[in-house]
Amino acid sequence: MRRLIYFVLAFLVWILVSWPFVDGRIDVQVVVAGLMASLLVALLFHDILPKEHHVFISPVRVFWFLAYVPVFFYYVLRANLDVVYRALHPAMPIRPGIVKIKTSLKTDSAITALANSITLTPGTLTVDLTDDGYLYIHWINVQAEDIEPATQLIAQRFEWFLHKIFE
Amino acid sequence: MIDVVGYILIFVGILFNIFGCIGLVRFPDVYNRLQAATKCVTLGTVLLLVGVALVGGVGSTAAKAIVCAVFILVTSPTAAHAIAKGAYASGVKLWEKTVVDKYAERAGSGRS
Repeated sequence: MRRLIYFVLAFLVWILVSWPFVDGRIDVQVVVAGLMASLLVALLFHDILPKEHHVFISPVRVFWFLAYVPVFFYYVLRANLDVVYRALHPAMPIRPGIVKIKTSLKTDSAITALANSITLTPGTLTVDLTDDGYLYIHWINVQAEDIEPATQLIAQRFEWFLHKIFE
Repeated sequence: MIDVVGYILIFVGILFNIFGCIGLVRFPDVYNRLQAATKCVTLGTVLLLVGVALVGGVGSTAAKAIVCAVFILVTSPTAAHAIAKGAYASGVKLWEKTVVDKYAERAGSGRS
């Protein structure tokens, strides 16, 4: 099952990158090459690809993922305006530090998505994570040093969505 | 009309890239600079690629631009995380006005 899912995904990426629709016709050679390459990828590398492959075929999870995208972009935009403000302000109002937060997410993909979301959003950058669910976050403007309030400020807005998507 | 939107997106993207570079120069240490480098440059480049996709119209250009944008969104925070962890592990100091460093306990306890 997961080989099939990754085969389809690899083939989709191939189609998008090579774009075999020339002059309204489909270039069969490109498609055949893509089928073979995707087959190899799915057979050889399904072990190292994410184990949460059921996410791709569950309509509910895909729906929550699509709902997550605009929320995510809103925070990314806010993060950028925040960093631009701090970079351009003559006095450079930054208060950096590394804080520790705890996440309730369990699966690898969910924690990866959380870490990447944190890195791209307001003033925070994931430095390291531990096996028991703690993340070390570099914060450009520290508002709370303890684990509980920092978790609420940094991670909570994403965790709710990521629970729906991955767990 | 859609071309105009595309050009505006490209312009805004370049603007964010410039601000990211200014932040890169002005911020005091590696970790703050990474913040500017990942956030502004990622969003700037993604906006630029979306703009290119809009100007290019449906076709190979747009498809490639969108695939590139998705890959950049996924890989750039991962790279930033790797650089930050590597910098800390190899002993790069935080800025002297840093208010808190909870990571010291972990990095100091026999881990490198």
